[in-house]
Amino acid sequence: MSTIETSTEPAKAPTVPPAPNRIKGIASQLLGTPRVIIGLGLLALLTLLAFVGPLVSGWEVGERDYAALFASPSADHWMGTNKTGQDVWTQSTAGLQKSLLIGLLVALLSTGIAALVGAFAGYFGGITDRALMWIADLALVLPSFVILAILAEQFGGEGGWIVLVLLLAMFSWMVTSKMIRGMTISLREREYIHAARFMGVPSHKIILRHILPNMSSLLIADATIAVSTAIIGETSLSYFGFGVQPPDISLGVVIADGSKYANSDWWIFAFPTVLLVILVLAVNMIGDGLRDALDPQSKSRRS
Amino acid sequence: MGKFLVRRLLNYVVLIFLATSFAYLLAAANLYPRGYFEQMQPPPTDEVINTQLDTLNLNDQTPLAQRYVTWLSGVAQGDFGQTIQGGDVTPQIWLKAGVTLRLITVATLLGSALGIAIGAYAAVRQYRMFDKAATVASFFVLAIPTVVIALSVQVFATGINEALGFQFFLFSGEYSAGFQGNGWELLLNRIHHAILPTFVLAVALFAAFARYQRNMMLDVLGADFVRTAMAKGLTRRKALFKHALRTALIPTITYFTFTFGVMVSGATFTEKIFGWHGMGAWLIDAIFQQDVHIVAAASCFMAVTIMLASFLSDILYAWLDPRVRV
Amino acid sequence: MSAQTIENTEATSERPGDETPVLEVRDLTVTFRGFNGNPDVNAVRGVSYSVRRGEVLGIVGESGSGKSVSSMAAMGLLPDHAVITGSVKLHGEEILGLDDREMATRRGKVISMVFQDPLSGLTPVYTVGDQLAEAVLVHNPKATKEEARERAVRLLDLVGIPNPEGRYRSFPHEFSGGMRQRVMIAMAMANDPDVIICDEPTTALDVTIQAQILDLLRTAREETGAAIVMITHDLGVVAGFVDRMLVMYAGRPVEMGTVDEIYYGSRMPYTMGLLGAVPRMDLERQGALVPIKGTPPSLTALPPGCPFAPRCPIAEPECSLAEPDLLPVGGQPSKAQIRAAQEAGTSGGAVAADTGVQRVACLRSGEIAENAWTAQDIYPIPEIPEVPAAKVRREDRAEMLRVESLIKHHPLTKGAVFKRRVGTVYAVDGIDFDIREGETLALVGESGCGKSTTLMEIMGLEKPQGGSVSVMGRETSKMSGSDRFALRRDMQIVFQDPMSSLDPRMPVFDIIAEPLRTHRYPEADTTARVYELLELVGLNVEHATRYPSEFSGGQRQRIGIARALALEPKLLVLDEPVSALDVSIQAGVVNLLEELQARLGLSYLFVAHDLSVVRHIADRVAVMYLGRIVEIGDTDSVYTRPAHPYTQALLSAIPIPDPEKERARTHIVLDGDLPSPANPPSGCRFRTRCQKFVTLSAPEQERCTSVEPALEATNGGDQATACHFAERQSVL
Repeated sequence: MSTIETSTEPAKAPTVPPAPNRIKGIASQLLGTPRVIIGLGLLALLTLLAFVGPLVSGWEVGERDYAALFASPSADHWMGTNKTGQDVWTQSTAGLQKSLLIGLLVALLSTGIAALVGAFAGYFGGITDRALMWIADLALVLPSFVILAILAEQFGGEGGWIVLVLLLAMFSWMVTSKMIRGMTISLREREYIHAARFMGVPSHKIILRHILPNMSSLLIADATIAVSTAIIGETSLSYFGFGVQPPDISLGVVIADGSKYANSDWWIFAFPTVLLVILVLAVNMIGDGLRDALDPQSKSRRS
Repeated sequence: MGKFLVRRLLNYVVLIFLATSFAYLLAAANLYPRGYFEQMQPPPTDEVINTQLDTLNLNDQTPLAQRYVTWLSGVAQGDFGQTIQGGDVTPQIWLKAGVTLRLITVATLLGSALGIAIGAYAAVRQYRMFDKAATVASFFVLAIPTVVIALSVQVFATGINEALGFQFFLFSGEYSAGFQGNGWELLLNRIHHAILPTFVLAVALFAAFARYQRNMMLDVLGADFVRTAMAKGLTRRKALFKHALRTALIPTITYFTFTFGVMVSGATFTEKIFGWHGMGAWLIDAIFQQDVHIVAAASCFMAVTIMLASFLSDILYAWLDPRVRV
Repeated sequence: MSAQTIENTEATSERPGDETPVLEVRDLTVTFRGFNGNPDVNAVRGVSYSVRRGEVLGIVGESGSGKSVSSMAAMGLLPDHAVITGSVKLHGEEILGLDDREMATRRGKVISMVFQDPLSGLTPVYTVGDQLAEAVLVHNPKATKEEARERAVRLLDLVGIPNPEGRYRSFPHEFSGGMRQRVMIAMAMANDPDVIICDEPTTALDVTIQAQILDLLRTAREETGAAIVMITHDLGVVAGFVDRMLVMYAGRPVEMGTVDEIYYGSRMPYTMGLLGAVPRMDLERQGALVPIKGTPPSLTALPPGCPFAPRCPIAEPECSLAEPDLLPVGGQPSKAQIRAAQEAGTSGGAVAADTGVQRVACLRSGEIAENAWTAQDIYPIPEIPEVPAAKVRREDRAEMLRVESLIKHHPLTKGAVFKRRVGTVYAVDGIDFDIREGETLALVGESGCGKSTTLMEIMGLEKPQGGSVSVMGRETSKMSGSDRFALRRDMQIVFQDPMSSLDPRMPVFDIIAEPLRTHRYPEADTTARVYELLELVGLNVEHATRYPSEFSGGQRQRIGIARALALEPKLLVLDEPVSALDVSIQAGVVNLLEELQARLGLSYLFVAHDLSVVRHIADRVAVMYLGRIVEIGDTDSVYTRPAHPYTQALLSAIPIPDPEKERARTHIVLDGDLPSPANPPSGCRFRTRCQKFVTLSAPEQERCTSVEPALEATNGGDQATACHFAERQSVL
């Protein structure tokens, strides 16, 4: 008799490594959270609207219908027209396209920066930590609004919005990176990190293989929130004309345009605003739901 | 301890210096003050414009480095230069800061108090009706940019005013222009003007605080010390109030301090839309007017408030939480 | 459920000095409602017991057996989504179902509770004194703040807090774990309760502190005359402290009786296995531990029948038909009756009241009693082969690890926000030892003695601050980076916490393959090697695709061992490898480690605070105190004839799971807490707590305070002690 409990019939050891079904597990976990499903559904609808909307309206983006200035919603112009006779539906859905793109790209970039900076600062500590956190502090005090506002006009024209994305991302990673740094510091003392170190795994691999994946749920959730923050940020900038520059168009531009007539010709303002609110709401619901579903800490709250 | 504080403050000074310099250099290199004079009616001659720009230290024909040094030596003596119209910038900073402070103090207090109360209660009633309603409400508010809230409130207020036939809601300026009256009447007039912008700011803050406090509260709800408090003979309600809430408030209070500092620049949209001449509105106007010195001064002020806020929130945290108390 | 009470059929209530029990729990069940479609958890499924004044009842069970939940239910401390049925009577008055306000008037006044974790049990933002005064005030609304304060100071004094007047204003984080537990006990005693429920009160504490707290609880019982319900998993604590006991398994009591009845005549295979699985510090040659195969069932969907049947070595088909009731030994229905009842579709279901007679929930209890079976008779005991190297003399065996005057000091910082250095922690302050091939050296000591730091220093393979570490004859500080990397193949580590030692995001296959891939093991052979390792540690190949969270603690520890063995190391460092496991699981892992050592010729450096496990597994043992080794030697010598007062106190403080022996022992109870390693006492570091120091003459004491004793051989053999007045004596 041996202490080792073998299964009754020793199975034949396969020669290829097994493929674990991790994605399936996460997916089923997500689908168990109604908020995420509703959010995802809304987001899918909005994405569809953003790419199909401008095509089905019968009007080109930016096209002016001089016969109908300030026209209220009608069969011709489903959501009316603005002061230059542009179709509000077409403008808004086209703006939605860019807003979505901006939100996604900014979130991707800023979360990426935050994850790398935070994890390296937290894992290595010492001078690396202090240097990286000093940079984060600097980015925090730099007058981001002034920089965006002044540079916005410099980077107008085709593709200018990419610069806007870069700038927005540059000024939105700091808080997340500090949080990731804190989590890394506590993860660093986990025994499986010690185990990896003691078997000789190099530091950068430990960060990429063990530390960041173990925060992935939080990173995903945070990136989602960053999407909505970026969209709102762009909208606010656009209100003063510092956002996306013509000929590009974003929801913020359309809303800013409509805001001047919010009292008199409400439809110019209302339709893009409703789109924006639904968009941000959907994204926030996904983010918050993800955090609840994936964060083991929040699950323990249930008991 | 003293050495530590000094080192930290020194670091802040360096950061603020860098931020302000950056703002100045960026503004000086990209804004076009000459244009402000060129579009005057009647258009002044080039010489006149150059002399004007030289006295203001804004001439783009002078090398940037030289202008920067001149400006910096002024700043070192507490002089942030002159506005493009020729007034001194420094005294205006305090004026504008005062306006912003008046706007945000009540709003932050109101918004955070409401948010904390609702968030804490929602946590206690997790997954019940109240929690769900509070969650939906704060989610909805968080999804709307402040600009849109402010504009919607204006539209709504206009509608009411029109329906009532008189100005029930006021939404322009800090007080009525040319208002005459004694202290009390002026105060009332000011409060009357402050209602809507305060409301807008408070609503946005309420949502953030409600979410934050709910999370903090949930973290301590299941804590062992709440169970201990109940085991001593406290009712659940009392244990939650006296032990859980007190502990969960600490991070919120530091969050509040930080938020308050950030609001100095965060209230920009509300100021602009409701015609309050605060710090944020000043900055935006300056960018439109190509006013380099105001941009630099306002940037400096905002950097100082952000650093101060993060410093104070750290201090407050250390002071409130005996675990990290020094 | 046809609830027929069998209480009346027995001569039960004729016990001498009979009175209404202070606390009587009858057929208590607790179900946690599942959220979001999760199944309900039946945490407690019918618990009955009663305690009288001055009596100590032990509730014993492994984690998840429902022992804590049942008492929380009695206190009304469970959250709203727990559904509780049954009856809880306090002085004959039903308290289950009372609203929170009414329960609150009884909590802390009539019935009070001491919790396990003293770290999180006190509110961090209030002073210890204020929290204690609150316990007084809440039940005496008329008392003034001043009176409450005075009472709190008296209570602090009573539970042995030095300088109670001054410590009143301390915050919980300024107290050590033992002191916080004292405060918790003071809180429980504050209003002279009639019942004190102690939920694992010493589990988080070191043994010398545990001895202090157990003493204090005895004092509290004498002081208040209260009944004590002692919830614990530690069979040693139960043996010496408890009058009667209840063994729980899967939410139900499976055996009940006096301590002697159960320790010397258990009739339930589970209890028998549990007692056989405990490593014994007092036995010279215990042999292999009794492993109970498998793991406790999930409480969400219990199959019908005895919940222990799947793990039971003597289970019969009838065992899985219906769950046996808690009945007197031999009083179970016959197998034929059970089959008949099963076919008729009726189930017995008797409400088992606490009658004071030994009762067992096992169909074969009668048989076990008749044959006087012991755990060794019914459980298959593995045979552990001899270590081949053990035949060679120690001096002639190859040296696997040598540590010479190793030093590790680290800065002591204060303040989380304004971090600054306020001193130096002398975590490891000059220690020497060596490990030979095929040998196990155990490093023991209480928390803060520096044993884990020693491990980290050794495993880091960096140049130490002072002294040297040599692995297989090569000094680590003189090695190049690639040499160091290569050396890592030969030494691997197994960690304490099976929860955090495996990356939760990696499937088991990748976890075990990681060392192989890191050291560029040929990819073609990796898969085969992983499966080989899985089988070696007793797991199935199907387990490879699963994630660590799908395994029990014991299985996870096996995965950790497989990972450590992947590169065929020669030296395995074991950092408390079994201390987080339940007894029945622990036995299996200990046996596995012993077997692997014999089969693979491994050397172990075994770090532990549990001296019983150490005696079982180690060849040599080194006792650490405040960064120093105070005694080192072969295990038998150190355990039978310890020479250092600290070793003696340590061994004496451990309760032995044998009621008669335990009652006959006198424990050496040390004073106070471990001094801060940042400020160790001058001379001998142990002198501030030393039981011998106080008996010495003034010049002798002077020597202890001024001269630090060095390790010197004490028995002419392997045993060495760092004490000026070393004297070998038995304490077991």
